[in-house]
Amino acid sequence: MQDVKYTRPTTVQEAVRLLQEGGPTARVLAGGTDIIVMARERRRDTSVFVDVKHIPELTSISFDQTAGLTLGAATPLYRIYRDETIRRLYPALVDSASLIGGTAIQGRASFGGNLANAGPAGDSIPTMMVLEGTANIVGPNGARQVKAEDFCTAPGRSVLELGEVIVSLHFPAPKPNANARYLRFIPRNEMDIAVASCATHIQLEGNNISYLKLSLGAVAATPLFVAEASTAAVGKPLNEETIAAVATVARNAARPIDDMRGSIRQRKQLSYVLAERTIRDAVHRIKGEQTEFN
Amino acid sequence: MSQRIIVNSNINGENIEFMADERDSLLEALRDRIGLTGVKEGCNNGNCGACAVIMDGRLVNSCCVMAAECQDASITTVEGLEKDGQLTTLQQTFLEDAALQCGICTPGFLVAATALLEFNPHPTEHEIRFWLAGNLCRCTGYDKIIRAVQHAAERA
Repeated sequence: MQDVKYTRPTTVQEAVRLLQEGGPTARVLAGGTDIIVMARERRRDTSVFVDVKHIPELTSISFDQTAGLTLGAATPLYRIYRDETIRRLYPALVDSASLIGGTAIQGRASFGGNLANAGPAGDSIPTMMVLEGTANIVGPNGARQVKAEDFCTAPGRSVLELGEVIVSLHFPAPKPNANARYLRFIPRNEMDIAVASCATHIQLEGNNISYLKLSLGAVAATPLFVAEASTAAVGKPLNEETIAAVATVARNAARPIDDMRGSIRQRKQLSYVLAERTIRDAVHRIKGEQTEFN
Repeated sequence: MSQRIIVNSNINGENIEFMADERDSLLEALRDRIGLTGVKEGCNNGNCGACAVIMDGRLVNSCCVMAAECQDASITTVEGLEKDGQLTTLQQTFLEDAALQCGICTPGFLVAATALLEFNPHPTEHEIRFWLAGNLCRCTGYDKIIRAVQHAAERA
């Protein structure tokens, strides 16, 4: 391991000061499941770890019927998927939380870390996008909010600037008659990175779609919010024709690469199939027919 | 040179103070500073689970934890599973079911499966396989390990 200093601030202001003083090699330490490994393997020069888990706002979960859900950015995944309120009202967050790594990773890893890493296949990011998630960021110039869909800029790159830390993630209160689902395709069931993934959030009015948001993972340089999917769906009846139209939009929006996990053709087809399945599963959830997560 | 730090933790039920390098992982501190060599280094990057320990009630890979983070933390390693010199039911079923060959992955499996049975005393086979997906074994083909966990759950 490189020669690294460990700091443990107890307030956001102190964390920001430590990050600013440490410069570009100061790293926020939340779950550490990526950053400790990257520092050890010298894929990231690291001089200071700023352990943010002792700042109360970073690890608290709060829900209010009107204000919605606020998740401390460093809250470990196991607390998210065991939280009864989140399981009931935001099941798509549970889909994502229970798919990242294995049990020992979920004991530490966080949604804030998954977002900050800005990986194209980050399993929580498509879900955050369709649930209208916002990152509450604090830095040397004060606080700002960035929508999940605007956060990632390139593989491993984001809008975060020097000295900034994600304090929490906010999700609006659940809409009536609406629900969401996240699915990914991998060759085994767990402990792998998505070949392609999809999150869909849908609201019904009678049998018509009144709202739909769809996003894809692992099919572009960043997780991809597909705005055109909403246009193809809203106002249309929920039937096979509409589902096929939305899935076609997803397939056309995907701009994947060929690599060891999958080919361009396979990933585009998976975008279609996962769009169909997430729509159907989200509708099952609206009707109270589906309880499973993985 | 890296700074020396003093860390106070509860390890296997005992409050201890240990010295470590500021850059040490928990895995390095447990093995090289404290002498708990039951914790194994496999991949050292969070994939294999050989270094799994229970930290403040949840399963973690000790290679992905800094020793400095363990101030005031409570850690259980494979050495801390036995009670009064007796193997736990799970350790006993691992022996009876021959759920190991070379043994490198075994401490991680025992700790991970102990954490599972504490959280979910009667898991399904699917739940056992999912929970243990972060522990790799290149000898047994997993079936014997899964059976040992099932047998331990049946006896509880």
